[in-house]
Amino acid sequence: MAESNHGTGGLKFDKKKIGWPNELNIFIALIIIILIFEALGQSLPYMKDQSFLFDTRDRFDSIFNEARLRIIILQVSIIGIIALGVTQVIISGGIDLSSGPLVGASAMIVMSFAQTELVNGGPNPKAVFGEWAFDLPVLIPVIIALAFGALIGAINGSLIAFTRIPPFIATLGMFLICRGIAQAWTRGKPVSFPTEGYAALGSGMMPVYWFIGLAILFHFVLKYTLYGKHTYAIGSNEDAARMSGINVQRHKVMVYMVASMLAAFAAVILSSKNLTAQSGMGIFYELYAIAMAVIGGVSLTGGRGSIIGTVLGAMVFGVIQSGFTYIKLDAYYQLMAMGAIIIGAVVLDKVRQERAALRT
Amino acid sequence: MTDIILETKGLTKHYGGVHALSDADFVLHKGEHVAIMGDNGAGKSTFVRQITGVEQRTSGTIRFDGKEVNFSGPIRAREAGIETVFQTLALADDLNVPDNLFLGREITMCNWLGPFRLLNYRAMRQATLEGLERTAVKIPNINNTIQNMSGGQRQCVAIARTATFPSKLTIMDEPTAALGVQETEQVENIIRTLKKAGDPLILISHNMRQVMDLVDRIVVFRRGRIVANLNRDETDGQDVVAYITGAKTGAEYEGAA
Ligand SMILES: Nc1ncnc2c1ncn2[C@@H]1O[C@H](COP(=O)(O)OP(=O)(O)OP(=O)(O)O)[C@@H](O)[C@H]1O
Ligand SMILES: [Mg+2]
Repeated sequence: MAESNHGTGGLKFDKKKIGWPNELNIFIALIIIILIFEALGQSLPYMKDQSFLFDTRDRFDSIFNEARLRIIILQVSIIGIIALGVTQVIISGGIDLSSGPLVGASAMIVMSFAQTELVNGGPNPKAVFGEWAFDLPVLIPVIIALAFGALIGAINGSLIAFTRIPPFIATLGMFLICRGIAQAWTRGKPVSFPTEGYAALGSGMMPVYWFIGLAILFHFVLKYTLYGKHTYAIGSNEDAARMSGINVQRHKVMVYMVASMLAAFAAVILSSKNLTAQSGMGIFYELYAIAMAVIGGVSLTGGRGSIIGTVLGAMVFGVIQSGFTYIKLDAYYQLMAMGAIIIGAVVLDKVRQERAALRT
Repeated sequence: MTDIILETKGLTKHYGGVHALSDADFVLHKGEHVAIMGDNGAGKSTFVRQITGVEQRTSGTIRFDGKEVNFSGPIRAREAGIETVFQTLALADDLNVPDNLFLGREITMCNWLGPFRLLNYRAMRQATLEGLERTAVKIPNINNTIQNMSGGQRQCVAIARTATFPSKLTIMDEPTAALGVQETEQVENIIRTLKKAGDPLILISHNMRQVMDLVDRIVVFRRGRIVANLNRDETDGQDVVAYITGAKTGAEYEGAA
């Protein structure tokens, strides 16, 4: 539609001037970070001219170091699934700190419904329940995971929507509760030996496929459905959303339910991949998921961000993590550097906000 | 009595100890354009908030379109046919023009999907362009987010929203307060369009010229009370100002009917 001369006060609108999406910036940042690690690999004395992402063994089938790429996306995809849910929570103007411990609790509970009866001919040494819980069809543990996630999310959402407790506090409480559940479930003992069907859910590259599939689904949901539009609207201006007739309370409950269901599903994939569940699973996942979203341009003040951004943010996160290992940075320093990067991303968001505010 | 669209009796609102609105008796006839004037803090916006269900009144009754009404929220008022431009613009900054126009009443497809039903962007965009066309509001790019617009453009969006949907009563709370000359003219044209269409309007404004130009009747609020009810043709700016400032009191005031 040609409306470029529909100007208020004679202002002209230049169509070419728009359309520089924030996602492109993150993509460029991703490339720059990769190049930095490449350069470090070439220049650090102890690195012996290794390459970060490219193949150094002069094979002809691929220019990339596939093993490392594979590790990066595998590492990223399980937390990435959580980050998809966290993205919509943050867009709605909230925050969810409970997702990491929820992964632990869900993994413990769900694995108990996914155990085999016989291990190497003998009875399962890690059995949690009696006979009835052995060799159940894979759908049952998955449904239990989603139901448990929905329950936790409904509690989070209801606390936030109806009692107006700040999301930070409500989900922090749930953080402790979930970690408690995870530890109480078997008094700290791991739960292992899943059925073949369950083990298949997260084997090989399956976590990556789940992540990509869910990312596409939620990209669509946020962009093209009523649910998505209202999520943005609430995060952008909650009063306006309410005045426009959106049932803000009900919507918030839904948003937190979806987030927790995704976290519980991530627990399924993680425990399936590891073939075991431990009460300490998912430590720091809530922060890493938030970091992926924030690095991906999701604004902590709500109303802004996208799934594409979060997926790119997850890639940046994975590349940085893997890059630290690649340049042999100690784990302690890795943690510190990660923290600095998260703070940096939030500061960047703040600067962006203020620049936007200045314009008006 | 059948030509009365809105009538309030004894409408009162207290915020704790603040008597923001006391005993307001107000009548609006079909097709009539009424201005509400008064100093800052006189209770004008409070009056609107009670009618539209944004807040729950302390006491009093409201009759709208022949029935006594108790709106539990602005959405109920809108469903009943009251379109309101609130003084604090109810727009979502990160959404664009069509999204804001249709916020809370989106055109959707595949409605069996419940909350996950699909947005019909094309239809909303089309309706937005038509609505802007009808109200002669000019906005450079409707795909722009509200955040990137000037205060005047935002105001135009908020007003276009009320004018895009059919309604029985339109309420505008200081619609031109932040506007330049051109935008003010646009809004005044929208108001004239409403008048021609016979749609009733309550206009809150501090702009005497505008009020004298546009409306049939002026109701003056002072310190939470209605102190004057003047026909435009029988009054002048000085008279109205006298009531606003309290130089003249409501002695001659004989009820709004
Ligand atoms: N939520 C509230 N809590 C307490 N007092 C309030 C509240 N809202 C309004 N008031 C008070 O009620 C009085 C009337 O306010 P109102 O907003 O109706 O004024 P107004 O006539 O619209 O003024 P203006 O022309 O500045 O918009 C003011 O004294 C205001 O301070
Ligand atoms: Mg006001």
